[in-house]
Amino acid sequence: MLEHFGKYLLFMSTLVVRGESPRILFNRTIDEAILIGINSIMIVAIVSTFIGAVTCVQVSYNLTSALIPRSTIGFMVREMTILELAPTITSIVLAGKVGSSIAGGLGTMQITEQVDALEVMGINSASYLVLPKILASLIVFPMLVTLAMFLSIAGGYVAGTLTGALTAQEYITGIRDAFIPYNIVFALIKSVVFAFLISSLSSFRGYNTAGGALEVGAASTNAVTNSVIAVLIADYVCAELLL
Amino acid sequence: MIEIHNIHKTFGDKKVLDGVSGVFETGKTNLLLGASGTGKSVLLKCIVGLVKPDIGSVTFDGTYFTNNKLDIRQEIRRKIGMLFQSSALFDSMTVQQNVEFPLKMLTPDMSKSERMDRVNFCLNRVGLEGANKKMPSELSGGMKKRVGIARAIAPNCTYLFCDEPNSGLDPLTSLKIDELIKEITEEYNITTIIVTHDMNSVIEIGDKIMFLYEGKKLWEGTRDQIMDTDIRELNEFIFANRLMRDAKKVEDEVHEEAREEQEQSKDSNGK
Ligand SMILES: Nc1ncnc2c1ncn2[C@@H]1O[C@H](COP(=O)(O)OP(=O)(O)O)[C@@H](O)[C@H]1O
Ligand SMILES: [Mg+2]
Repeated sequence: MLEHFGKYLLFMSTLVVRGESPRILFNRTIDEAILIGINSIMIVAIVSTFIGAVTCVQVSYNLTSALIPRSTIGFMVREMTILELAPTITSIVLAGKVGSSIAGGLGTMQITEQVDALEVMGINSASYLVLPKILASLIVFPMLVTLAMFLSIAGGYVAGTLTGALTAQEYITGIRDAFIPYNIVFALIKSVVFAFLISSLSSFRGYNTAGGALEVGAASTNAVTNSVIAVLIADYVCAELLL
Repeated sequence: MIEIHNIHKTFGDKKVLDGVSGVFETGKTNLLLGASGTGKSVLLKCIVGLVKPDIGSVTFDGTYFTNNKLDIRQEIRRKIGMLFQSSALFDSMTVQQNVEFPLKMLTPDMSKSERMDRVNFCLNRVGLEGANKKMPSELSGGMKKRVGIARAIAPNCTYLFCDEPNSGLDPLTSLKIDELIKEITEEYNITTIIVTHDMNSVIEIGDKIMFLYEGKKLWEGTRDQIMDTDIRELNEFIFANRLMRDAKKVEDEVHEEAREEQEQSKDSNGK
């Protein structure tokens, strides 16, 4: 465990020494960002809409007291999705989607000697391949999480009004009630932390693949499990430190 | 000219290279011959710097490479072209982008049109004109090797390394790839090292041959000398290969005789 952590730190330090020119880094980052973003929008949209809808239905199921105004349902959907569900669930979904694709891609490049081919050309393969992926994740994750916040609140609206749990007016009153802008900042900070953990851990797993197709599969699996655990631990740490 | 001196490499407790020394000459195809698992690829990787030897040194045209300062190593690496056993084409890029890649990375001040000219020249040179837009997954094994060669020679390399250029190819395609490598070596007067276990390559293009056995250099010489050595391991290796070809020869002779007999009987029937 400790040995892995040391190797991980060493790996991260190789990313920043002897990099390519800023122009190449910039272009590669944009390419990766487009790839990660476009490929993940659909799944993030579906998951977050349903999370919002389910949250709304369950909250309204639990809030039966006549003393509590129905608009509280909207308020609770907003709080739960912005603070926790949008950033964390989105990141866990992305750990599966982006993490496995990063690890699988790098692992395949490693076992088919593409990484060696880069090294022979005098390119720092770790920095060339991995740094843009991490930077792209840092850019794209907050965007996806922002999208997830909107859509989960919208999902709650649709579910709440369709099931007749509350009126549109009540929902809107609820989501505008006692709004704390810092919560958004907190969620975005979390998404950046998760982005870093997922992209760097998955890169580490993928880049250190040796062997054959079987090992690439194992690297992908390890990347996802490690990322999910890291995200959940970081989620707790962030809540303790920042709230 | 590339000189290697006393290269040792151990992985874990397995000694893979045990003090290999030698000289690889410019303008010649130098072969590293040996059975699978004798450390040929590891030696090649030690020479290009992908694997760091435990002991020993590599010198490129008089410049010390192993353990030298990073910028000097980078300078030498810019002159190295390498063809990998699995071709190692970048599979997210087209053929054209693959060949263009080292130019983009190594000569950033080259203009786009100059780069394209060079890419097309290299693709023509390896006989792949018009394949620019294909993806590596659409290519046959032989074509992949050709793209690999084009990518290796694109930045005007001075040293060319080929790890089993024939692996996975049929005999005719192997022969063509071998000949292409030899032609390029002589045309541009580069230092070429080819890893192989194929005796056909030895006969066709082996200017200078180094025979590796269990991490040691057992024999060195030209293809004319290789048939009459008294090194037992080398003879066994040659024999194992020749067995196939002799078998083929016998088969051909049998066919030939059968045909002659047939013709004779036809002739006698005709009379
Ligand atoms: N990175 C490595 N780690 C551990 N062992 C290795 C490594 N690379 C090669 N070996 C071992 O070194 C030996 C020689 O391998 P190699 O040079 O690839 O053989 P070949 O002559 O067929 O090219 C093999 O037994 C292989 O298992
Ligand atoms: Mg080999």
